[in-house]
Amino acid sequence: MFRKNKSTLALLIAGAVSLSLYNCKPQGPAEVSTGDAASKVYVAPGKYDEFYNIVSGGFNGQIGVYGIPSGRLFRIIPVFSLSPESGYGFSEETKPMLTTSHGQVPWDDLHHIALSTTKGEHDGRWIFANGNNTPRVARVSFKTFKTEEILEIPNSGGNHSSPFITENTEYLVAGTRFSVPMANKDVPISSYKENFKGSISFIKVDQQTGRMNIAFQLRTPGFNFDLSRAGKGPSHGWFFFSTYNTEQAYTLLEVNASQKDKDFIMAVNWKKAEEYVAQGKANVEKVKYAHNVYDEKTHMAKSTMEEQVLVLDVEQLKDLVYFIPCPKSPHGCDVDPSGEYIVGSGKLAAMMPVFSFSKIQAAIANKDYEGDFNGVPVIKYEAALHGEVKKPGLGPLHTEFDEKGNAYTSFFVSSEIVKWNVKTLEILDRVPTYYSIGHLSVPGGPTAKPHGKYVIAYNKITKDRYLPTGPELTQSAQLYDISGDKMKLLLDFPTTGEPHYAEAIPASLIVPNSTKIFKIEENENPYVAKGESQARVERNGNEVHVYMTAIRSHLTPDNIEGVKVGDDVYFHVTNLEQDWDVPHGFAIKGSSSAELLIMPGETQTLKWKATTTGVIPFYCTDFCSALHQEMSGYVRVSPVGSKTPLKFSTGATEEPAPGAGQ
Amino acid sequence: MKKLQPISRWLIIASALLMLSAYVVPLWQILMWAPQYPEGLEMKIWINTITGDVKIISALNHYIGMRHIEVSMFPEFQYMIYIVAFIIAFGLFTAIVNKRIVLWAYVVLIICAGIAALVDFYLWGYDYGHNLDPTAPIVVPGMSYQPPLIGTKQLLNFTAFSGPDIGGWIFIVAGTLAIGTLVLELKSRKAKT
Repeated sequence: MFRKNKSTLALLIAGAVSLSLYNCKPQGPAEVSTGDAASKVYVAPGKYDEFYNIVSGGFNGQIGVYGIPSGRLFRIIPVFSLSPESGYGFSEETKPMLTTSHGQVPWDDLHHIALSTTKGEHDGRWIFANGNNTPRVARVSFKTFKTEEILEIPNSGGNHSSPFITENTEYLVAGTRFSVPMANKDVPISSYKENFKGSISFIKVDQQTGRMNIAFQLRTPGFNFDLSRAGKGPSHGWFFFSTYNTEQAYTLLEVNASQKDKDFIMAVNWKKAEEYVAQGKANVEKVKYAHNVYDEKTHMAKSTMEEQVLVLDVEQLKDLVYFIPCPKSPHGCDVDPSGEYIVGSGKLAAMMPVFSFSKIQAAIANKDYEGDFNGVPVIKYEAALHGEVKKPGLGPLHTEFDEKGNAYTSFFVSSEIVKWNVKTLEILDRVPTYYSIGHLSVPGGPTAKPHGKYVIAYNKITKDRYLPTGPELTQSAQLYDISGDKMKLLLDFPTTGEPHYAEAIPASLIVPNSTKIFKIEENENPYVAKGESQARVERNGNEVHVYMTAIRSHLTPDNIEGVKVGDDVYFHVTNLEQDWDVPHGFAIKGSSSAELLIMPGETQTLKWKATTTGVIPFYCTDFCSALHQEMSGYVRVSPVGSKTPLKFSTGATEEPAPGAGQ
Repeated sequence: MKKLQPISRWLIIASALLMLSAYVVPLWQILMWAPQYPEGLEMKIWINTITGDVKIISALNHYIGMRHIEVSMFPEFQYMIYIVAFIIAFGLFTAIVNKRIVLWAYVVLIICAGIAALVDFYLWGYDYGHNLDPTAPIVVPGMSYQPPLIGTKQLLNFTAFSGPDIGGWIFIVAGTLAIGTLVLELKSRKAKT
């Protein structure tokens, strides 16, 4: 009896001890070994990285340019956001870049990158990017890494599914994130189903200049459009868009737009759209949108207000658009390199459907429809389906591809990248990301010819990866080696802004064409001074124009007198250098806008208002030479009505006039 | 009626007084980790309240249709303080009346209270994990989210652990003392006979 009781007691204690052992924290990132990863990302001094990584900056409205595999940040290109360090958006030359139909919109939310392609392969000509907020698309030159063009999108409530491009960069698209009433109509929000419409713009790209123009818009039922990809190879001529909120909810979308088991992937036959436009089937609609172009010769932007678009109504025109059911609010809608498979990532779904382009075509030919939505045929899910990736992970978002027939999908909720075979749909490998990956990028991943080698994860949460910096933490990217069967983490690197989509391109396609200087003899800026002999100061009423030159290590003129309080002084600064890597800066005390960074051979203008009397210094802000500190000058500002004559000089000295300064 | 040994009476007093800690330390803990929460989230259950990252956990759980965790969800918090007070008083009473039959009653009371607490917690967890809002954004077919009763369980992207906290461990010690005392009494009685 006693023995039995004692053993009960012992059992109780043992039970209690073993309970405490249950409390085992899951394995954390610090325990994940990375082996010889450092040597694989080390780029020795004097060597170049193998790839450029062109990374969207999200809420900073800029593009970050990084090297891969080193993860080093080379440059931040201002696109939709003002950049006081360079004067972008502040200088008289670049102010028109940020003009919209709403006036100056000096910021945006830049989500996606599309690099130009020819025959589906990277060609290294242009970077395209979207402005998600005030709907815009931008084009950045791969020669100068400057923003050359910004086109506003009318009839759009936010440009998210953009700027994805066709295989020869014929078109880039701009699909509205939010459906809205067209033509800025004033209607009750509750009349969503009746009045709200979707709008997809097809923007034609001039193959020589890159100039963009809205060729036509598709008017669609009112959904939210999320992401898109063009077909390629056999599916060239088609475009695919993911949609959500086919529930057509207009409040608490978190719940109300998550009710249907399936939303749609919208397949657009854009060759058919071109035919309809050629046949005059498009309606001409009056709208207002800004088109801003930067000219490399004048170093100046010009903004034009455009006034009409051509619109094709997909509910009326046949054989133009089809809906394919896709589970649970699809996000990514990615086309594999062969152009045959379309991956729909239902962000709330427990599996991932892969659709087949040839099956979609067969379903259309056989009219294998389950019905229609506002007159648009809805193809049967099974008829379009290649197969489903079973239990891939939680929260699938985006898929990129390698050159070996594999797909890499990001999973936000389970925070991992899953590698799977596109044909067999078999899951091959999975690696954790730290933490909550959004987009991901394989070099050439969206093209017909991926370069492979790496996959880069762009993460939303980094709380135990980097030193804390208060409530706001850095965002980050992670580089994985995908050359073997198993993905291997090589590197973490912090990113600027919040990275969304990014593309990586071989440096060999970019480096040979990179602009080193602008030729001064080709400078057509009306305010250029092509030599110190042309430097001068002119008064025109209340405006004073200073035609200034900068060359190591002086500004001409560097003594300016005769400016009066209340004058608007325009400093037109030409950098006379014709040598690579010698920018000059220009800054003046009390400048309420910005400073300037002027590249060799370029002219940029800073407007400065003289507000008080006195002698105001100005100087070069870019450490240009051994005597950079000496590169400075003075403006004398006299009271209104004073008789101080307009004078300017460099290197001239004179005896002070008797009584001066008393 | 059989009387208790002096040492037994002191052990029973110790057992009863140890349970006073229930009023100042948490009894139970639920810990959760996810890729997004490497530092972990915790929920502490006290005698009359819940503390910790309750709001964060509720905000996350609403995606899958789980209710917001509120103190008012648990009527137990209204009367737990009295139940524990009664057990402590009964322990002290046991030591005072000095009768083995009352010690039996005290031990049975503690064991029953422990089992009742676990059953109650299981029933709540079952309801909380199964009774989901059908309009939730994320509905995984066939998936329920009942938290583990004791131990570790994977729930979607979360690893959840449930187990005693300091107060719970002290309770276990108090119970063990009471049971041990009874065993001691039975043993000494047996030795005498």
